[in-house]
Amino acid sequence: MTVLTMRGTYESLDSSRDQYYRDTRFPDIWASLEKAPLSLVGDLEAISGVATVTTRIALNANLDVPSTDAPALGRLFSVPENRSASLADIHVKTGRYVDPESPDEAVVSRNFAVANGFTPGDTLRAVINGRLHGLRIVGTGISPEHTYAIPPGAIIPDNERYGIIWIGRRALSSMYDMEGAFNEVLIQLAPGSKERAVMSDLDQVLRPYGGLGAYPRSRQPSHLMVQSELDQNRATGTIIPIVFLAVAAFLLNVVLSRMIATQRSEIAVLKAFGYSNAEVGWHYLQFAFVAVLIGTGAGIFLGIALGQSMVDLYGEFFDFPNLEYDASPVLMIIAVGVSLVAATIGALGSVRRASRLPPAEAMRAEPPASFKPGLVERWGFGSSLPPAGRMILRNVERTPVRSLLSIVGVAYAVAILVIGMFMFDGVDRMMELQFGETQREDLAVNFNRSLSPSVRYDLARLDGVTRVEPFRVVPVRLRSGQLTQDSGITGIPRESRLRRIIAASGRVQPLPPSGVVLSDLLAERLAVEAGDVLRVEVLEGPRHVRDVTVAGVVEDFLGLSVFMDLDALHRLVGTASVSGAFLSVDDHRRAGLNAALKTVPAVASVSSPDQSLASFEEQLDESLLISVFFILGFSSVIAIAVIYNGARVALSERGRELASLRVLGFSRREVAVLLLGEQAITTVAAIPLGWLLGYGLAAAVAAGVRTDAYRIPFVVSTNTFMLAALVTILAALLSGLIVRRRLDRMDLIEVLKTRE
Amino acid sequence: MGRNPWTRLTQTNVDPALESPGSNPVFRVQDVTKTYHMGQVSVHALRNINLELYTGELVVLLGASGSGKSTLLNILGGLDVPTTGRVFYGHEELSGASTRALTLYRRHHVGFVFQFYNLIPSLTARENVALVTEIAHAAMKPEEALELVGLSDRLDHFPAQLSGGEQQRVAIARAVAKNPQVLLCDEPTGALDLETGRMVLRVLERVNRQTGTCTAIITHNAAIAAMGDRVIQMSSGRIASVDRNAERTSVEAIHW
Repeated sequence: MTVLTMRGTYESLDSSRDQYYRDTRFPDIWASLEKAPLSLVGDLEAISGVATVTTRIALNANLDVPSTDAPALGRLFSVPENRSASLADIHVKTGRYVDPESPDEAVVSRNFAVANGFTPGDTLRAVINGRLHGLRIVGTGISPEHTYAIPPGAIIPDNERYGIIWIGRRALSSMYDMEGAFNEVLIQLAPGSKERAVMSDLDQVLRPYGGLGAYPRSRQPSHLMVQSELDQNRATGTIIPIVFLAVAAFLLNVVLSRMIATQRSEIAVLKAFGYSNAEVGWHYLQFAFVAVLIGTGAGIFLGIALGQSMVDLYGEFFDFPNLEYDASPVLMIIAVGVSLVAATIGALGSVRRASRLPPAEAMRAEPPASFKPGLVERWGFGSSLPPAGRMILRNVERTPVRSLLSIVGVAYAVAILVIGMFMFDGVDRMMELQFGETQREDLAVNFNRSLSPSVRYDLARLDGVTRVEPFRVVPVRLRSGQLTQDSGITGIPRESRLRRIIAASGRVQPLPPSGVVLSDLLAERLAVEAGDVLRVEVLEGPRHVRDVTVAGVVEDFLGLSVFMDLDALHRLVGTASVSGAFLSVDDHRRAGLNAALKTVPAVASVSSPDQSLASFEEQLDESLLISVFFILGFSSVIAIAVIYNGARVALSERGRELASLRVLGFSRREVAVLLLGEQAITTVAAIPLGWLLGYGLAAAVAAGVRTDAYRIPFVVSTNTFMLAALVTILAALLSGLIVRRRLDRMDLIEVLKTRE
Repeated sequence: MGRNPWTRLTQTNVDPALESPGSNPVFRVQDVTKTYHMGQVSVHALRNINLELYTGELVVLLGASGSGKSTLLNILGGLDVPTTGRVFYGHEELSGASTRALTLYRRHHVGFVFQFYNLIPSLTARENVALVTEIAHAAMKPEEALELVGLSDRLDHFPAQLSGGEQQRVAIARAVAKNPQVLLCDEPTGALDLETGRMVLRVLERVNRQTGTCTAIITHNAAIAAMGDRVIQMSSGRIASVDRNAERTSVEAIHW
């Protein structure tokens, strides 16, 4: 069932994403430029390996959103008249598509519309090219380019203050003075063509028009985020079912061997009547198969139901249209096959034992089980224990393999909890470092074009601003030997107090007077380390190509960053200008300041870490809640299955013994303690083992999840360990309670009358 | 019933009236019937039983299987409750007592010996006895109880290392170690050969003589009847006869 749920979820998500990409003709390559005439399209189509070219106009605009006092940023895209032939189509969720003839119609991204309460019919005011326009919302839509809509310069989606807006090409080009021109190219590759070669040719063609460097789908921000989610989903979809099958095989083994033990005399009778070993063995194997078939039948039913609901949950999160749970028959066959194999292996041993017995021996009751003082007692700890304690201990030690497997099973439950919760710890740590240590500004202002550095004095004069630190982001291509990587260099003042470079360890990385500081993942990609030299191609202004020393490598966790001293960056580019500024603000005058900034035409967006954090946490909570729900469910099921099964088997093996104790005057509670003590030992032993296991697996996950978007810092909090233990203990108590009920209903006289 | 009629039962010191042998009844059974419903069939295991058992006496309950003797013993031992009628242990009523009260009654006042010993396989002879002495109030030392049954040299053996007779003697030691007021034995020799069975009966006889415990032995073996003070013959859920032996025959003289 878990196989179906987990793996099936991954497959469904993966296939519906592919379907979504196909339906909307998701591009393979993106390239931005300053401005080029439509006549260039012919040259673009002539590039070898290019199947389809779509051009469009993309721009940022300030939006007037009533619900927030800070200005919101809109990313506006032109949509073509001929929708069916062009790439990067959108999926309309409500309302309708824009009328190509209309001068002011717009489709807005659904998340933005929902966050701000926009519905078709509303008007949205946007400042485009310094002029205010009223846009008529005719529909809401989604696009795979913006499954995660992350504002420029930000690291996380912000649905309230960042919206995607699609406008008819004619309308947008007249608003932005782009008639007969474009500033973004989308390309679909011909089958078998080389992405790298096409990108390089494309850059060549676009260079005279201010090309900012092409990037492939694998670096498209939204795709990147979705891909890492799916990768993670695939990883859990592989590990968890394996753990589950192992646990199921173990349980089946224990249950069948116990069942066959109770049927000793029946086996003897069958054999006395002349049935062969093989026939008796087959009989019990058939039994195992029937159990598996009933189990997998129910499992398939439940697995599909659960998979469907999981896919629905994810679907809401990812916003894929036409998302349907779709378990392939192959998957079902695999699920059933794996279960059958597990069951056969589990049953075979017990069946062999049963069919090997000579009939006369099998008809006799089993002799009293042999016991000896266990290891713990031989070490000398036994003398202090009461007989009841020794009973528990010796029973645990008598079946060491079973006890060990039970411990490992429960430990896995603990480990799964630790891994699940570690994600929170990692993200917590990430947020804490990002918003507590790195981003210490109250507001970050992004300009819609480069401005002179002197703008900082204008900002400083605004009422409520207590500190201004300008920054500059310059698009570059980094080259080291054959390796290239497109990125942006962020220039901040060396003495910056509002932005600092923080390593995952929490260490502050000082910024040198010259040279760049790289994210370690980026350094790895370029195969450079501190002290090496990088060739930097500046993709704006006079487009210098310069060699720059790698002054430091920092093990950070969000995005791929390149930092440089602001003055050094000015020297590198050859001009001095700034892209925005970080501000410290007097809290009491914040509202006024926001309103003032909203009216400055050069200000593209204003973001505040507090608000980003809040909106991110809201989103995160939603998605994490899903995972937590499943992790809690899965680990509890494992823990309960192992512990309950252990207790049930013990009850069936030792029911007579326990009934005798009741007859001798032991209370129900005392007898329950004797029975469940064993499970308690299992649980207690499993918890530290599970912690260790979980810690190791979490380290592996932290090492494995390294994407351009984020790396998870490896921290496991005490709370995580405690919570994992707590959930496991609760699961154990619950199983104990169920068995206790059975114990209470035990018929003393009946048990005493029969011999075994 | 009062608020907690069982407080006295949980104490080790029983009503002094019970301690003069042969005079006061330990058990009074009044008009007891027991009916089991098995599917649509009603089985009358006990029909209108009236009986008294006294301190110090050794009673043999004789009857074929299905005669109701085990049911009677289970009711006396607090393992079962009568369908109608009343059962008194001293002055306390067992019929209608709570599960908890019956558990405490068994814990402090009753010693059981079963046909199949019912020892705990994971515990040694000494520990099997200690298991009971630890929860009883005025118990013997386990070693003392095992000496009483002649097993001083087998203290640290596990059940799997003991013969049937030895296992049964451990079971008797376990039953008497708590110094019970009553000792109830259900076919104690049923699974044993003649010699071993005799040894077990000798132990029971001696314990009865030395401790003055009211002892009831269930058997379908009429030969054993001779060793009792009284012999109660049961048949089809009724008491067919109650005979008093003029003198208890020594176990050595019994043959079967």
